[in-house]
Amino acid sequence: MSDITHDSYLSSPKGIKSWLLTVDHKRIGIMYFVAIMFFFALAGLLAVILRTELLSPDRVLMDADTYNQFFTLHGAIMIFLFIIPSIPAALGNFVLPLMIGAKDVAFPRLNLASWYIYVAGALIAVFSILQGGVDTGWTFYTPYSTGTNTAVISMTTGVFILGFSSIFTGLNFIVTIHKLRAPGMTWFKMPLMVWGLYATAVIQVLATPVLGITVALLIVERLMGIGIFDPAMGGDPVLYQHFFWFYSHPAVYIMILPGMGIISELIATFSHRRIFGYKAIAYSSLGIALMSFLVWGHHMFTSGQSELAAMLFSFITFFVGIPSGIKIFNWLTTMYKGQISFKTPMLYAISFLVLFTVGGLTGIFLGALSVDIHLHDTYFVVAHFHYVMMGGTVMALLGGIHYWWPKMFGRMYSELWARVACAFVFVGFNMTFFTQFVMGSQGMPRRYYQYGEQFARMHGFSSIGAYVLGFGFLIMFVYLIASLFKGRRVGANPWGSLTMEWETASPPIAHNFDTDKVLEHGPYDYDRIEVTPEDEKGKVTA
Amino acid sequence: MSAENAAAGTAAHLQHHFVDSEQQQESAKLGMWIFLLTEILLFGGLFCFYAIYRAWNPEMFYDAHTHLDITLGAINTVVLITSSVTMALAIRSMQLDQKRATLLNLFATLALASVFLVIKYFEYAHKFELGQLPGKYYTFEGIAGSNPHVFFSVYFMMTGLHGIHVLIGMGVIGWIAYRTSKGHFSGKYYTPIEMTGLYWHLVDLIWIFLFPLLYLIS
Repeated sequence: MSDITHDSYLSSPKGIKSWLLTVDHKRIGIMYFVAIMFFFALAGLLAVILRTELLSPDRVLMDADTYNQFFTLHGAIMIFLFIIPSIPAALGNFVLPLMIGAKDVAFPRLNLASWYIYVAGALIAVFSILQGGVDTGWTFYTPYSTGTNTAVISMTTGVFILGFSSIFTGLNFIVTIHKLRAPGMTWFKMPLMVWGLYATAVIQVLATPVLGITVALLIVERLMGIGIFDPAMGGDPVLYQHFFWFYSHPAVYIMILPGMGIISELIATFSHRRIFGYKAIAYSSLGIALMSFLVWGHHMFTSGQSELAAMLFSFITFFVGIPSGIKIFNWLTTMYKGQISFKTPMLYAISFLVLFTVGGLTGIFLGALSVDIHLHDTYFVVAHFHYVMMGGTVMALLGGIHYWWPKMFGRMYSELWARVACAFVFVGFNMTFFTQFVMGSQGMPRRYYQYGEQFARMHGFSSIGAYVLGFGFLIMFVYLIASLFKGRRVGANPWGSLTMEWETASPPIAHNFDTDKVLEHGPYDYDRIEVTPEDEKGKVTA
Repeated sequence: MSAENAAAGTAAHLQHHFVDSEQQQESAKLGMWIFLLTEILLFGGLFCFYAIYRAWNPEMFYDAHTHLDITLGAINTVVLITSSVTMALAIRSMQLDQKRATLLNLFATLALASVFLVIKYFEYAHKFELGQLPGKYYTFEGIAGSNPHVFFSVYFMMTGLHGIHVLIGMGVIGWIAYRTSKGHFSGKYYTPIEMTGLYWHLVDLIWIFLFPLLYLIS
């Protein structure tokens, strides 16, 4: 990476200390990216081991207790260490100030602090492996979590600390978006990614404290037996579920909303067309954020809540489908009659559209009361969750990584290998999880170590899918690392995009822009402004 | 940074990514208010917890609350409100560029916060002695109704979390006083003192809710 011609944020200042003490949002974004990808790989490896165990109804690698710990770790690491901070803290940190023409986020030191808090929380959470692991599942339901003699305390302490990191990122983003936009960038001239990050930040700030007090109460309950979740002492374990889901349902929108923001950018750039229904997409992000706080009870249809409450929660859950559908249709309409180029980021965007639609619609099945009684706690739920989280958020994250990679490092990856990896990921993902919809609807319960003989073939197929998926990620890892050293150099705007982050050098200079930015055109004015992707320049266009 | 601001001499505290002091101060204020919101939500969980268990055990809550010392609670309320006044005076003094008055007011705030904690200590010690403790440590006999330990679980969680906030506040006020003595602030730049004030008022405000909820049940 030595032949960068300008003084980029990557090359100056030099030295490991200048990274560890940096307050530059771009470097902090990269540091988050490295840490988050490490935990993604770790939890992904756990998933592959779990799928290997499930190749046969009998023991393959481990006993039942170890299996319980593995799925708990897979879930807890993926949720709290990977997917919640993934898009906002890694990509968001990098692109948000660039997209709004600011020099940094509002509170750069708080931003760095949030990274250290993240690392500390992550280490404490992972430390629970050394203490003998946790076997509660990532939801830590009482009364089991207060009774089991595994390392619930260190895991939940880690989660508590990670919450602060998440709150600080959210707080920082809200203030940055309110106060640091370039002159001329009104709310409705912001890129939709910024709207997505804003809606996400609002949820992070409003929901995470409730998780904090919930796990704090759980820790106190375990340490001192204060009895609040213990029915024998006048407490109520279902209260824990209410508290937990009051955070954790909005949390799934912390995971998906910034992904939707990325998709808006990708679809507009690679369709080379003004985004259709800008305001509808922007408002629907806020709509999803608002409704996310009103649906937590749909996790508890079988836990004993009143019929009236269950009906209301079911009803509001259906409503979440509306803003989600608005987005999908607007993206499709943007593509209609656009000049679509199927570059890797766009392939991930299209994967997102397909997989998220499946995930979203099966969410409606689960939100229906009578259907949920049958499907509750089966593989159907597992498949639904992975279709929205992996098929949704992770596909968007991968699209975002490929889209902003040349901006982050000034180099382009191998387009051919990127497409190959995308194909493996897409096919492997569907093999793994579509099978699980079928198994779940036939009654295969989630989290079971053993299963009936009739599921053996489908479990086997699902496991092979997981290997295909893992292989895709392996290819991706290789060509992305290779691109850092051998990738083709790119200019400021390789894709021909109109948002502001493409107006500065790749990689950007330390202070982002040479001059104070002023908004000159909207983020999607493809009908007004002529801009061509770099590899099409010089070609004769009609 | 534009030439005007450099000329106006406000550059010392102005961070590079802000256009001017006003933008920096407004950002700090907005950030602080959002942080206070998260604090309210954190306590919100406990208020929710209180509401549910009181609704389930109204008589037990009434009986148990008679074992709290209303006089000490009332004194503490007055102490904390007074400390909010001295905190506000500290900000006002800095706005008027009166460093000495600012320091005196900050120290007064610290002293009042200490009084609050000392009184709280005596209240806690008394309850420890009687065995009026949360959950399984509860050994006191003399409160009618089922599960009286739940009241003390609520009491200790709420006042404990509030006490931790008082301690953190004292640390921050001490740090601000140190920076004031070093001459870091002036009538033009006093944002950190103002932010500390906002936090301190919230700590005060939460107590104003805790006091009637715990001590004055009727």
